[in-house]
Amino acid sequence: MPNGTTTVDVGEEQLPARPGQERGTLTGWIQDLVYTVDHKKLGILYIGMALVFLVLAGIMAMLIRAQLAFPDGHVVSPETFNSLFTMHGTVMIFWVAMPLAFGMANYLVPLMIGARDMAFPRLNAFSFWLTFFGGCLLFFSYVGAPGLYGSGGAPAVAWMALAPLTSRAFSVGPSTDYWSLSLLVAGIGSVTGAINIMVTIFCYRTKGMTLSRLPLFVWMTITTMFLVIVFLPPLSAAQIMLTLERYLGAKFFDTQAGGSAILWQHFFWIFGHPEVYILVLPAFGVVSEVIPVFSRKPIFGYPMMVAASVLIGFISAGVWAHHMFAVGMTSFGVTFFGIATLAISVPTGIKIFNWLATIYGGKIRLELPMVFAIAFLFQFLIAGLTGVMLGVAPFDWQLNDSYFVIAHFHYVIVGGILFAVFAFFYYWYPKVFGRMLDKKLGFWHFWLFTIGFHLTFDPQHIAGILGMPRRIYTYHPGRGWELWNLISSVGAIFQALGIIFFVLNLIWSARKGKVAGDDPWDAWTLEWMTTSPPPDYNFEKLPEVRSRRPLWDLKHPDDPDWKFE
Amino acid sequence: MKAAHHPGGRDRDVIEGTSGIVLWPNYLILFILRICSALKDRREKLIRRALLLVIATLPGTAGAQTADHVRAIQNIFHPLSKPAELINDTARLTLLICLVIFLVVGGLLLYSVVRYRRKSTDDDTMEPSQVYGSNAIELAWTIPPILIVIVLVLITARTVGEISNPHFPKDPIQLRVIGHRFWWELQYPDYGVTAANEIHVPVSYLPSTPRPIQMTLDSADVVHGFWVPQLNGKLWVVPNHRNMMWIQPSSLGTYLGNCTVYCGDQHANMLIRVIVQPPEDFEKWIAGQKAPAVADPSVEDGRREFIENSCGTCHRIAGTPAANGVFGPDLTHYMSRQTLGSGVAVNNDENLRSWLRDPQVLKPGCRMPDMKLDDKEVDLILAYLKTLK
Amino acid sequence: MSSETLTAQETDWKQPSPRKVAMIFVILTESALFTIFVVAYLFYIGKSLVPPYPHQLLHFPWLGSVLLFGSSGTIMVAEHHLKKGSISGFHLWWAITFAAGVGFLFWTISEWIHLIYQEGLTISTNLFGSTFYSLVGLHASHVLVGAFLLGLILFMSLTGRIRHYHHEHVEMISWYWHFVDCVWVVVITVVYIISANS
Repeated sequence: MPNGTTTVDVGEEQLPARPGQERGTLTGWIQDLVYTVDHKKLGILYIGMALVFLVLAGIMAMLIRAQLAFPDGHVVSPETFNSLFTMHGTVMIFWVAMPLAFGMANYLVPLMIGARDMAFPRLNAFSFWLTFFGGCLLFFSYVGAPGLYGSGGAPAVAWMALAPLTSRAFSVGPSTDYWSLSLLVAGIGSVTGAINIMVTIFCYRTKGMTLSRLPLFVWMTITTMFLVIVFLPPLSAAQIMLTLERYLGAKFFDTQAGGSAILWQHFFWIFGHPEVYILVLPAFGVVSEVIPVFSRKPIFGYPMMVAASVLIGFISAGVWAHHMFAVGMTSFGVTFFGIATLAISVPTGIKIFNWLATIYGGKIRLELPMVFAIAFLFQFLIAGLTGVMLGVAPFDWQLNDSYFVIAHFHYVIVGGILFAVFAFFYYWYPKVFGRMLDKKLGFWHFWLFTIGFHLTFDPQHIAGILGMPRRIYTYHPGRGWELWNLISSVGAIFQALGIIFFVLNLIWSARKGKVAGDDPWDAWTLEWMTTSPPPDYNFEKLPEVRSRRPLWDLKHPDDPDWKFE
Repeated sequence: MKAAHHPGGRDRDVIEGTSGIVLWPNYLILFILRICSALKDRREKLIRRALLLVIATLPGTAGAQTADHVRAIQNIFHPLSKPAELINDTARLTLLICLVIFLVVGGLLLYSVVRYRRKSTDDDTMEPSQVYGSNAIELAWTIPPILIVIVLVLITARTVGEISNPHFPKDPIQLRVIGHRFWWELQYPDYGVTAANEIHVPVSYLPSTPRPIQMTLDSADVVHGFWVPQLNGKLWVVPNHRNMMWIQPSSLGTYLGNCTVYCGDQHANMLIRVIVQPPEDFEKWIAGQKAPAVADPSVEDGRREFIENSCGTCHRIAGTPAANGVFGPDLTHYMSRQTLGSGVAVNNDENLRSWLRDPQVLKPGCRMPDMKLDDKEVDLILAYLKTLK
Repeated sequence: MSSETLTAQETDWKQPSPRKVAMIFVILTESALFTIFVVAYLFYIGKSLVPPYPHQLLHFPWLGSVLLFGSSGTIMVAEHHLKKGSISGFHLWWAITFAAGVGFLFWTISEWIHLIYQEGLTISTNLFGSTFYSLVGLHASHVLVGAFLLGLILFMSLTGRIRHYHHEHVEMISWYWHFVDCVWVVVITVVYIISANS
């Protein structure tokens, strides 16, 4: 098999039809998606849903930036602004980032471990539709929530919905109920989905695919799904308590009845901080697949990478209260959670070093997935370092709740996770649709989005250092925030343009893109062994695996990996 | 503070001075000043005076040493109060460490990508040498992060201790701050004074004569956050959970801050002003606040309108039994404040008139409803409030 | 199903049973859910501002505990019979387990009726009421689900649809039932021992 060539150009030739892959009518296509229990189609559904919500929540972000571009903005009313950032945060976390994690895992895990489908295909569909309907329920608040008291619309309690702001007394009308019930519904979907993926990984690996040979993406998925299984229930429990409080008059977070407002925060962040790793570990997984293939070297220190991510999973359970340094904890509490928080930067640092060592000495092909992965590394490095600053509790007393925090976690979620997701798209799109994403449009997307990202979020660090708090719908002129906010809003336009190029590319390339062939990147994991797109049953014959890079063994029979294991 | 007048009713030039960029050189000077302040006693005084002269000649800092100087740009790296200075020292060290890490790791990344990118002359059939890892190397690069973490943990623990358990030289001034949606109630228990939104405190000119202010933070409803960056880090104001915080401002001025925890519609306009005064002026202000409300017979009609429109249900005016409410700010000495609506606008006739006609115009979503007053009622109440010096 | 195709080529390639792995994770996630309610209960012991307080109302739940712990034993006997192939023995012991589960539910209902109507403790009375009903109620809802599953198996078995080779399916239900039992140990400790004596 030839090495190094990226694609085999077969012109405008139509892809050969495969069983279950025939092009049908539009209604047939929709029916197929609705009835499907196939992990690949469900993966596409997850990711497609995430993209729709990404655009919706992105429009909200554009409105937020429009309002804040100048002091005393009058683009939207205060109530609208408050519901905009609540919805933006909630949707981006629960209906964009999490479905992306589930979509990627759904599509890739069975292919990577050499299984024909998920362990429980119907449960898989059930999980997706719960998530989807949860999202619909949240958006239904726009029409369903205006209630008896004339107050309504979308929830406006911020995504962490601090008690007692969510009580009946301060949050009149049913909009907050839409928030908590939709999260409850989507939460059940996420947990069932996570269990399904875990069972698939542990029970349906092809012959020879031992745990120590799993691709790193699969290992990251294991950690992610473990975190979902253990740390999503606290959120659900808190939502149940909130619902009991709002409907039956229970007193969990009622400070007038002796309840504690801080208990809610503990419950929320016990979920909330592992959630950050739930979102970022799949991104680590993507990068750990992309960097070796485009550097033409195996990942440096595979056991260390696995250990580091499992360690991150464990430590993440003990750091939640660093979101609460400013709440007024004892100095012992502050110090303990400070230590745990800083400790988590060690395994994260190890991962960055290992990626660097993989690049070092390689022969780097600067294709689109790799470009996004390198941008990820750079931005995630900065995000990690601002995270260290926030982990130093006294510094956090200044930076917490300011725009610095906004900048920090957008660096994690956009600069880190979203860039890795883009790498995912450019890397695996050829596998999913059988055609390459267009390179020219892709680079336009990359540069517009990267410039937009830095224009938007770099100045926000400074605004935060100058004392700009988060979640304000307006500010007075003269406080030194005008310039930074204006640059930030201009950057948002660049990001939007980048996304337009990206979406155009997705649509255009599905029909007109260069035909990819089975293995356009000359990669090493199992999914590149089957056709693009893969047949319903994934593999004609389930492969037998003897090393971490089964396709390397196949391509280099004279120098196979398994000799070194 | 001079309130420049702009037509339109919403003018609130709460801020004078220049934009952030222009002030950067001054920050540099003030930083040098900070270093000098580490010097002791007499020498310190001399150097400080000399530097103050230099600074006074710079644009934008004229009047830097009066309480009227509005410190609108609250740079956390330019602290003017003891706890904020302690935080600043930790913060700068952390920033430095992070910067070094960034330069080293970022540099390595850049170098590797540039050095090892595929060249057009490369033979694509040749793969680079396949390196799977090295336990020795990995062990080696696990150690520096651990050491850095230990350093950071130690400085964290020290600063946290210093700020959380301060040793006050003498009884500090007690101040009780109660967060309401969307304004601040202030109580000075030592003096029996209740005020709102604008905190007056005396300055501690020199470290040798500190005058710390111990603040007790409580909330009447939901969670708020108290943050004036140059004075201290933020602390949440949580119902049913009392928090303590202290400040020890070293420079005169009017410091601006915000509520930092989302608390509802008007979270953005729950603003804080801390007026750091010379001790004499502070005592004068206290005396004024302790005095009973001015009872000017010429505005008796306005006072009647005030009571007949039930303003007293929410607002208190000391000495007026019908005005004893606790849901809104105490108005006994309303005219001693620079702003209205918790800092949303300058306290002048035009804004006050707009506020009385319908508070929801200046601060949409605030708890004070539109009382549907007609022009005559507004005029009368306005005239009355203007006498409450 | 993929499991058949995979197992077909398996010789020396063993992987754990998907049912067991799935049930382990179900129990893990349920434990996390319960933990939060237990923590809320413990956190609020002694913090209620108005009576009634736990030590005034709660008595050790002898009847409920005997029923629930006993059913954990009988379900094991039933399983044993099924493994051996004795369907009639399985019927008998399974029916006893089911009856014990339903009995526990009735016991909970009678306790709640007593607390609500005689003692006047509702979920909105005070912090104790909120945390008590939510924790005990969450457990009771799990008993309800378990009893439903037990009843379903009983029905299927009586209509002749359960054979001895279904023992792993049945075993999963018994795992769940044991889990519900373990939670009851925690609930007794926290609610009926710690808080009732503090």
